[in-house]
Parts: sequence; C-alpha cells; structure tokens
Amino acid sequence: MLRLPEFQLVSAQTLADATAVLASEGAAEGRTVRLVAGGTDLWPNMKRRHQKATTVVSLMGIPELRGIRNGGNAGDAGELAIGATTLLDDLARDQRLRARYPALATAVDSISSPPLRNMGTIGGNVCVDTRCTYYNQTEDWRRAIDYCLKEDGTTCWVAPGSPKCLAHSASDSAPVLCALDARVKLVSAAGDRTVPVAGLFRNDGIDYLGKRPDEILTEILLPAGSDAGHCRAAWVGHCSFQRRAVHLRKRSERQYRLQKERGCKFQIQMLKHFQKPLWDTSLAEADWEESVFFYRVVDQWHSRRATFARYTTTPRLS
Amino acid sequence: MAESAEKPAPEPERELRLIGKPFRRVDGRAKVTGETRFADDLAFPRMCFLKLVRSTVPHARIRGIDFAAAAKVPGVLGFLTGQELPIPFGILPVSQDEHALCPDRVRFVGDPVAAVAATTEDAAYEAALLVKVDYEPLLTFSSVEQAIATPEPRIHDYGDHGNVHKAISLTFGNVEAGFAQADEIFEDVLFYEGNTHLPMEQHAAVAVPEDDERVTVYSSTQTPHYVHRALAKVLAIPASRVRVIACSNGGGFGGKSDPFNHEIVAAKMALKLGRPVKVTLNREEVFYCHRGRHPVLMEVRTGIRRQGDRVAITAQSLRTALDGGAYGSYGVASTYYTGALQTVTYRMPAYRFEGMRAFTNKPPCGPKRGHGTPQPRFGLEVHIDKIAEKLRLNPADLRLGMLEKAGAVTANWLQIGSMGLRRCIDAVVAGSRFRERWGKLPPGRGLGLACGSYLCGAGLPIYWNHLPQSGVQIKLDRSGGVAVFCGEAEIGQGSDSVLAAVVAEVLGVELADIRLCVADTDLTPVDLGSYSSRVTLMMGNAAMEAAEQARELLATAVSDQIEIPIGRLVFAERRVFDAADPERGMSFEEAVIAAEARFGTLGTTGSYVPPRSPGRYRGAGVGPSPAYSYTAAVVEVEVDPETGLWDPRHVWIAHDVGRCINPVLVLGQVEGGVYMGLGEVMMEEQAFRRLPPRLSDALVHKFPSMLEYKSPTFEDMPPVTTYLIEDPDPSGPFGAKEVGQGPLLPVMPAVANAIFDAVGVRVDQVPIHPHMVLKALQAKAAGAAPRYGPAAFPRFDFGETLVVPTPADGGDGTAINDYREKLRAGMRSASGTMTTREEALREKRLRALTTK
Repeated sequence: MLRLPEFQLVSAQTLADATAVLASEGAAEGRTVRLVAGGTDLWPNMKRRHQKATTVVSLMGIPELRGIRNGGNAGDAGELAIGATTLLDDLARDQRLRARYPALATAVDSISSPPLRNMGTIGGNVCVDTRCTYYNQTEDWRRAIDYCLKEDGTTCWVAPGSPKCLAHSASDSAPVLCALDARVKLVSAAGDRTVPVAGLFRNDGIDYLGKRPDEILTEILLPAGSDAGHCRAAWVGHCSFQRRAVHLRKRSERQYRLQKERGCKFQIQMLKHFQKPLWDTSLAEADWEESVFFYRVVDQWHSRRATFARYTTTPRLS
Repeated sequence: MAESAEKPAPEPERELRLIGKPFRRVDGRAKVTGETRFADDLAFPRMCFLKLVRSTVPHARIRGIDFAAAAKVPGVLGFLTGQELPIPFGILPVSQDEHALCPDRVRFVGDPVAAVAATTEDAAYEAALLVKVDYEPLLTFSSVEQAIATPEPRIHDYGDHGNVHKAISLTFGNVEAGFAQADEIFEDVLFYEGNTHLPMEQHAAVAVPEDDERVTVYSSTQTPHYVHRALAKVLAIPASRVRVIACSNGGGFGGKSDPFNHEIVAAKMALKLGRPVKVTLNREEVFYCHRGRHPVLMEVRTGIRRQGDRVAITAQSLRTALDGGAYGSYGVASTYYTGALQTVTYRMPAYRFEGMRAFTNKPPCGPKRGHGTPQPRFGLEVHIDKIAEKLRLNPADLRLGMLEKAGAVTANWLQIGSMGLRRCIDAVVAGSRFRERWGKLPPGRGLGLACGSYLCGAGLPIYWNHLPQSGVQIKLDRSGGVAVFCGEAEIGQGSDSVLAAVVAEVLGVELADIRLCVADTDLTPVDLGSYSSRVTLMMGNAAMEAAEQARELLATAVSDQIEIPIGRLVFAERRVFDAADPERGMSFEEAVIAAEARFGTLGTTGSYVPPRSPGRYRGAGVGPSPAYSYTAAVVEVEVDPETGLWDPRHVWIAHDVGRCINPVLVLGQVEGGVYMGLGEVMMEEQAFRRLPPRLSDALVHKFPSMLEYKSPTFEDMPPVTTYLIEDPDPSGPFGAKEVGQGPLLPVMPAVANAIFDAVGVRVDQVPIHPHMVLKALQAKAAGAAPRYGPAAFPRFDFGETLVVPTPADGGDGTAINDYREKLRAGMRSASGTMTTREEALREKRLRALTTK
C-alpha cells in the first residue's frame, strides 16, 4: 500500500505549544510544518507525496479546541462557537446545532462517509487543501505528467494556458458557513484575529486560504439566531457549489431568481462566493461536459443527495 | 473420459436433500468473522517486502536504470531487472508478449521496469521512488483509430500487422442473400467504454523459497493452474518444483485470471534472496494490472422480414473494434467473444462477424464478467429495441417471436442445450407489467427490456490439451469424514460451497462432514480456474463423478454386509439404508469402515471434459460451451429532462440457471450482476488522459484510485426483483448452469431502452452520462436525430472472410475457403495454437491403451 514518508509529529497539548512550534519550525530553514486534525485529507496527500512536511503538529490533544459552546452572552439564541477539532459527526448529531442551524447540520452530515466524519473535523474541512485530478495522484502518476502547477510543476493541465492553478475547493461545509455569515478565529504567536469565513477563501488553487501559515484556525463562530427558515435554500447551495454548481447552473439561476424575490440572502451569497469564480474562468464546453460527468459520476456520494435536494427543494420553495 | 461415458447416469428421479435449498456457504463463517486468510494476511519468518518500479512514460525504450540512490536506503536487500527474467509469458499461447519486468521497452504508464526488496514495506517504497530510469520516448498510441492509421513504430513485433493485434472475418451462410430477402435493413453504430473490475481485495502474493530450489507462491488468483505454468516457464524450473496456492480472493471478476508480473517477480526474488517475499499491490497498481472490459466500437446491421405479424431476422452483420491496450492478455479470445454469442438468443439464419483488436499504450484489457460479450450484447439489444420502435411492435413480442430454439445448432455452429429465455422474458414482463406500462408511463419515466446469454464454461481450454478441464479427488476414511480435493479457486462466488454440496448430496452426508482442500497445485488435481463461468458445471460434474464412485464402493460393501441389493440402498442423513425398510442400514461412518475393510484405503476421482462442439472452422474454439444460461431484465428509470440526470428505479431480472445448487448464492450472483451492470451503465469508466501532444507524450489513467473512479454505492442501488428460472440442463450437475456472469448482460441495454421510453432519445453509448441524455434531448428539440453516440465505424480491412456454411446450408462446420486449414490439416484453431480435437482424442486413446 502507499506509505507515509518520515516526518516529525508534534502532538500539541496546549494552543500555546502549537503556535510556538508553528512559529519556530515555520521560520527554520529547510523545514516545512503542517497542521493536522483528523488527517483524513493530509495523510492520504502525504502518502501520495503531493503535500510534504518535515514537521506535523497535531491539534487533537488540545482540549479547548474541541466542542460547541455559546460564545456570546445572549443566552440560548446567542452566538455559537464551534471548536476547530470538533468531529463532523459530533456536529451532525449535536442537538443545539440541529435545532438552530439545521442547514449546517444537514450539510455536515452529508460530507463523505460515516468513518470519515468520525475522523474529520470542522476546522479541517474549512481549511482542506484544494483538489484536482492532476494533483491528487501518486508521485509516480504525477511524474508521468511531469507534475503540475500546483505542486512541483509549471503547467496547469486543466487549462495549459492558465497563469493560475485551477484546483478547486473541496470544503463541503464552507458554502453553508458563508451563507450563515460565520466567522473564524485565527490564533498565532503574534496575536489573534477574527475574519468572516467568506473572506477566508481566495480564487486561486494554490494560495486558496487567507490564513497565514503561522496561524491556527481555532473556532468557528456562528451568529446569533437560526438558519431554520432558510434550511432548504442552503441545501441547494450546498449541493450546487463547486463543480456541481456548473452542472446545476440553469437550475441554480432559477433558484437564484426565486430566492431573490423572496429576499433570501443565502443563495445569493453562495452564488457570489462559489459559483462566480467558476464562471469567471469561462469553462470550455468540454469542461462543462466534464463537470456534468463529475456531478453524476465522480461525486457519487453526493449524487443521491443532490438528486434528493432537487426533488425536495423545488416544490417547497414555491 | 471414455470410461465415465459407459457408466450409468445417476438416476434422475433421486430426491434432493441439499441441492436447491438455501444453505449457509461453507466459507461464510470464516469470512464474516475475519478468520479467512487472504494472501496479504500471510506472514512468514524473515519475510521481506517487494515493490515494483513502474514506468512513468507510455511508450519508450529503456536506456538505463540507476539503482545508486535506492541502494542507500536502509533495509534494502536487492533489486531485479528484466535482464534476469528474460522469458516472456502470457495467458494465451499466441500472446506470450509480457515480461515479468520490461527488459528493453515499456508500453504503458504502469508497466513494471524493476523490483526492489527490503526488510520493510516503507523502505521498499522509498527505494522504489529513488530508482531512476532513463527512457528514450517512442510515439504514444492512444486510440484504435491512431493504431490503425499508424503501423510504425509497432508496439509489439507480432500480431496481424502494424499495431493491429488481431483481425477476424467470419461469414456464416449467405449473408448477402439474407440482406437481399429483407424487407428492411437496420444499421447502428454504438460504443461501449472500457471499465475495470474493482475487486475489494488488491492483488497480493507471497513467495516462499523451500529446500532444493523449490518455491511456493500464495496468491490472490482465480487461476492457480495458469500461474503455475507461467512461473515454471519464466523461472525456467520444472513445474514440479513450483507450488501455487490460491488464497481466497476478495473478488476477482476476471481481473485475477491472468498470470501477473508481480507473482513471478516475487518468486524470483524469493529464490534470489532465499527468504519469503511479499508483494501487495496498491489500488493504483490494480488499475494498471487491469485486464478489464475492452472499449468496443461496434456496427450492427440487420435484415428484417415480416411474415404476417411475425418478424424474422434474415441476416446480421456485426463489426467490432477493440482497444486492447498494451498487451495481448486474453485479447484474441475477447475479440472472438465480441462476435461469438450474438447468435444464441434470436434465430439468425446468416451471420457475418468482423472484429479487430488494436494495441495502444494503455493497461491491457482482458476478461471482465461477461468477457467480450456485454459490449455486442448492448449493441444488439439496443438495436432490436430500435427495430421494435420502427416496426411499432412491443419489444417483448418482437423478441419472443424470434427466439432461438432449445437444442438448436446456430449459424456459427454453437450447440444450444436447454433454453429458458422465453420463461425469463415472460417472468420479467409479468413482474414489471411491461405490456400494460411500456410506452404509457408519464414523461420522464420509462421501461426497457433486454436479454442476454452466457457460457457455462468455455468448451476449449486456454492452451490446447486433451486433459480433463476439472478434476476432483475424494478421500474417505474410518472417521466418516470426507476429504475433497480440487484445484478450483474460491473467489467469493461460492465454488467451495458447490463442491461440498455436490459431494454431500451424493453421499448423503452433511456439509460439516466435508473437508475441502482446494487450489493447491501440489495437493489438488487440476481445475483450470474460476473464469468463463465454468466451475459449477465442470467441477460440479467432476465432483459428481468422484462422489458417485465413492458411493458405489460404499454401496457394494454395505450391500454385502447387510444383504440388501445395491439398487435399494439410500444414502441420506449420514446413513446408508434400505429404501424399503429405512430401519435396516448403518451409519455412514460404519459404511466407510465396511468399505475400507473390503477395498483397502479409499479414494476416488472424477474428471470433466466438455462435449465436442460441432464447429470445425478456424475460430470455432471460442463460443462453444456445454450449456448456455439465459437472462432477461426490465429496468425502470426516471429521467430529468432538464438536466439529463437519470436514475434506475427498479430492476426485474429473470435468470435461467438450469437448477440452483444453492438459491441464496444464485440470488446473490444475480443481484451482484445487476449491481455491476448498473455501475457500467451509470458511471464506471477506465478513462485516460492524453496531454496535448505538442506539450507532452503523457498518456495516463485518468484516476487510478477509488477517490475518483466511481462505482455505485448502496445508495445508488434500486430495488431488484429476481426470478430464478429452473430448466435443468442435461449437461450440468443436477441440471445446473452458470449464474456468475450472465445476469450482468441485459442490464446496460435495458437501461438505454428505458431511457428511450422515458424521454424519447437514444444514447448509443455506455456509460450513459447525464450530459449525453441532455445533448440528445437538445438535438431532438432542434429537430435533429434524437441520439447521442458515435457517428461512424472506422474504415478497416478485416481481410478475406472465412466462409462457413451453416447447418441449414448442409455445412459440416468447416470453412470452404480456408487454405490454411486445408494446408495444415487443422493444426491451428481458435487461438491459433491448438491441434485438432481428433488428433488429440487419438492420442488420448493411444495413451489409455498403453497405460492399461
């Protein structure tokens, strides 16, 4: 089977430890440091050798990064803070979340498969590396195409003329979090800051995240209130982001109009943050076909749900 | 066997106690508790690990290999290159074109170039990444069209010509006259994309060196016997010093039926290092082993004549073009199979088949469940649905009106046995209420019908010989236990259970009394392996013969001891007793003791040789089988006309299995076939990326991982209603026929036909992606042909056709214009290596005389 390379694993017990290692190792010559939580994306990537690290800092031993708590003072309906290493499965099952943010709970529950939701974390899902079929391949395979722009190579094989990497976001929770106006807390040895999730993402497959390498995403802050009234809309958004977005373009446009008439902001935000960049790249017809293909075939575990969403949303929105 | 032919057939009226009733599979408990040891579970003292260094270029000469950096990795024990394994091998005698490690040339990304052994898997992996290979690139071939158009450079220096591996042209009867008689001629061009087996277990092998230059290879293989032969050949040591043990396979589906380079390299490394060597492929390497479904472009042309309300085919011609990938594998047989079984479902008085296989720089294609027949079956069944549409007939009635008859000999000289297709069609038509609902469902909903037929074991072995294709030995002793030895390989299909059940049934004991020893070339008699749906029929017959002999020995001894005529003895419930007075008798254990006392140590054998096929022309070796299974399926789909998305909503399938040995396993196989068929029509494809030629030579598998090669999950699986049609075939044990492959065949065309019923467009291509449906719908809306699919069949010269008169023409099964056949007096046949059967039988008779 594929094997991990040698690296140093630091199992941080406090946030201060983790930020300190990040600061020192990150500054050291010839050292690459990465953070790991559930490892469902990093470990396979390191096995395939397209993500490399000399030091990996695990956040799973830091107690305060795990769990859901009220971050504000406004009682039950106040701001909700989700620790970055909270398991996706714990989130999906959390009664508070299911009651107040059913769209988010549903979206999280649809990520990958049960074993991966039992390992994967919400922080990891937000920060997850971008994906591409020219990139998420083994070392040997990538050698066969002489690598690609994202890692070790010079050409973006998705569009050989492209000056930037077209690998796309693989975060399934991000669209809903954006729609909810969620914010994230970033902590580093140099200090803390809080930024909106929507502002975290960049339209670039390599430099995709507005988080500095020495920062740790510690918390996701959900605004006071609830998304219950907009659950269905967010559902569509969730299913129609990224490649799926292209495929459901027509339908989404119709949804978009519907939403707009009803004054629902969620769908508008999703279109803005996750579909526009794709449209901006003016996909060729072939890519469009491929996207359809990906919609149905590649994202097999999404296909059912997307279909489900299609059937459940359309009638209920009217 | 000549001897067995004289023995009286088992009394047909015997009441069955075990056969036909559901029972727990004999390996079930071990599999669900994790007790079963697959090849990768094995460990031996001092075992080391092997990793293959695979080519990263699609087509190149090897200039040099540099192990310097790799050798410095701590734990590395040694390397191997192609120079140390110069003897080629391959599953078919005509395609001995593979090397365990490429000596001078690589032919696809993934071709093994060198091997590294190390004390840990990690070290072997790191070292393999550090091996540097210097390549001199050659032209990359990425398609059949390119291979036809570009004869040089040749990917192989053998084959029919240029980069054409094989070209076949066979004409049965007067096809032109048939078309001339037709009222109407229909023509279609269709495409079936390649896909792979995706067994859960990745291939693994452990080679253990023994004293005296012997080696034992444990492997996840469907065909230990062929691996045994390949190992002896390439290692250049006597076959008696090589032992192959096939571990339980975690799925095979045809993907583990070739001898593989990693098995041979592990054995060589074990002999070189003098310590056990394990090699476990990763998923990417399994995609490179491939041997899966050939991509096939087809052109079907059919003449139809209406006689009153009946419709008859007057002639059919079929052309197929196969993208074979970089090596021969089973390819020659696969090419023949794309034409062979077209005739066994609907009566075709005249038939022409032209097929060709091209070499390209991709992992080699080979046999996947249905071996070469799902592609033309898809073509034929969609084609017939279009004929029904044009003639405004119900597709079920059209098919029922032109079914071939049981016991018929087809135009291409296949002898059909029992034929339950009518009952299959009736069952699914009734179950799905096809007559009431077809063409009448609301828009977006549709029903489609299709049929299929498959072999119960190929009539000829892969290398020509006149030996049994399956052998079974039974050992009985005073414990009352029955040990059964057979070379068959359990790949999950339930062959162990069939073997045990057949013996237990004949001897009247329980499954728990049977001890199996299987798939061990040192200990078990040869069975050719778990491929071509041959095991139940062939091994079952051999097991029956061995068990009948054992029963005869016991009956003789018991009859003498308690003075009951042999004819009245019953073997049941672990007893041997008088049918007239069940109280009189003895336990099975006592019966064995009586027999052992009388005859000495007890052992019996059984063997199976298939009956002779009537076809005698060159190429007649592919297609014949002792029996054919039949299947019919109706699929209901729902299509969204706005997005082209479609989903199967229900599958009704009826399979003519002859007789169920164990109905639960038969049901499992039918549902498994439906599942795999849906995967092929919905999403699975072994697709490749050819980077822009002006920038790169690269030709890579698009996504050699389960992250992106998509296969259905249980969420995608619709409800399946299965009807088991039992029409016992005289050739099968207790009348049993195959069920492992046939049920897959009608699924893909039934879906395509259902999509047409739902939205009125044709997708003449597999898999059927939503965008194809959408394109066809857009074409329809624009007033163009409501279709998505290939435009034309490539221009290709198949060479002079072999003209074979049909049985109705008064032919004798030979071709009238085969100068080679006449010149060589039948020295070659199907795969080009077999001497004629008479000659072999003559030799066999001679041998029988001299050994007596």
